[in-house]
Amino acid sequence: MPRQSKKLDRRDAVARILKQRGDALLITGLGSPCWDAAAAGDSEKNFYVWGGMGGAAMIALGLAIAQPKRRVLVITGDGEMLMGLGALATIAVQRPKNLSVIVMDNERYGETGMQATHTHHGVDLAGIAASAGFPLTATIRSIKALNDFSPKIYQSSGPVFCCVKVNDAKLPMVLPERDGTWLKSRFRKALVGSLD
Amino acid sequence: MAKKKKTEIAWPDGIFETFIDGRIRQVAYVPDAGHARLISLCEGSKKVRAVPLTTEEEGVAMLAGAWLGGDRGVLLMQSSGVGNCINMLSLIQECRFPLLNIVTMRGEYGEFNPWQVPMGDSTARALANAGVLVKPVDDAARVVETVAAAMTLAFSTYRSVAVLISQRVIGYKVWK
Repeated sequence: MPRQSKKLDRRDAVARILKQRGDALLITGLGSPCWDAAAAGDSEKNFYVWGGMGGAAMIALGLAIAQPKRRVLVITGDGEMLMGLGALATIAVQRPKNLSVIVMDNERYGETGMQATHTHHGVDLAGIAASAGFPLTATIRSIKALNDFSPKIYQSSGPVFCCVKVNDAKLPMVLPERDGTWLKSRFRKALVGSLD
Repeated sequence: MAKKKKTEIAWPDGIFETFIDGRIRQVAYVPDAGHARLISLCEGSKKVRAVPLTTEEEGVAMLAGAWLGGDRGVLLMQSSGVGNCINMLSLIQECRFPLLNIVTMRGEYGEFNPWQVPMGDSTARALANAGVLVKPVDDAARVVETVAAAMTLAFSTYRSVAVLISQRVIGYKVWK
């Protein structure tokens, strides 16, 4: 399918986005977004969510409210985002200026056999975010568009929503640490300094 | 001459004071009649951020993020909302996030609506199965101390704790 081949490579797209992160905090949704972020380089400012499907954007909202001076990113997949669509409404109502929600949309459930998600059948996640009230939304389909939009992920007044259409190539897994207690304590100690 | 009876602080006001004393900063909720007074106190306060949700599991995830960022939070919900939280509670259990839940019961004491009974009857067991420590209270005079104790337990031992406030305390609807 020629259209398919034009879509972005997810690892490259995530690496390009994270190259500019500075001191931004990152929550990754379960599955490929965790592997993408780990491939781009581990950081104590990353919190990899290995379960709790549908919760990544809401974890990021709680973090963004607690840390209004830091930019908070969530990078998740289309299946994970679809499971928690209500979060887009909840986030839009709270209007956190420092939160950017990025969906790497391959239109597939990558961990379960590449079954089609609703985005494959035309559901427009950026359109849903815009309708909910996100002041800035985009659907990215090219490297140039990604390069043009990336600074806005960090600088624009949020909440920002960015759907990046990526191809469904099966990539080798790059696994980050998976012990939840360890990941949680590492992130909070690096950010806040104390677990109390 | 009859002495004027000392005005008792209503339990929702007492819970709110406990929140402030306990440095609670984020209060996530799905609207509920039993929590109406507490929710309006939180909404009217500058010390806490009241966040309405579309479904309770959003609050479980949000408060994990709040804690990562240094904020303490509380999730307010009705017992029917507990069923919506189950898988998201695996995030809390696996990571040992502190999480304080305050649940107003339905389908439990003097219930009229049969549709409330299945979830109300299984609330405590569902929470326990999901790794949440369950603290029921059915006496209005003990609600505030139970919440305070649950808060200490949750944040000092990095565990999820749910206070279940009985319909006996909240009152139940008379369907006439």
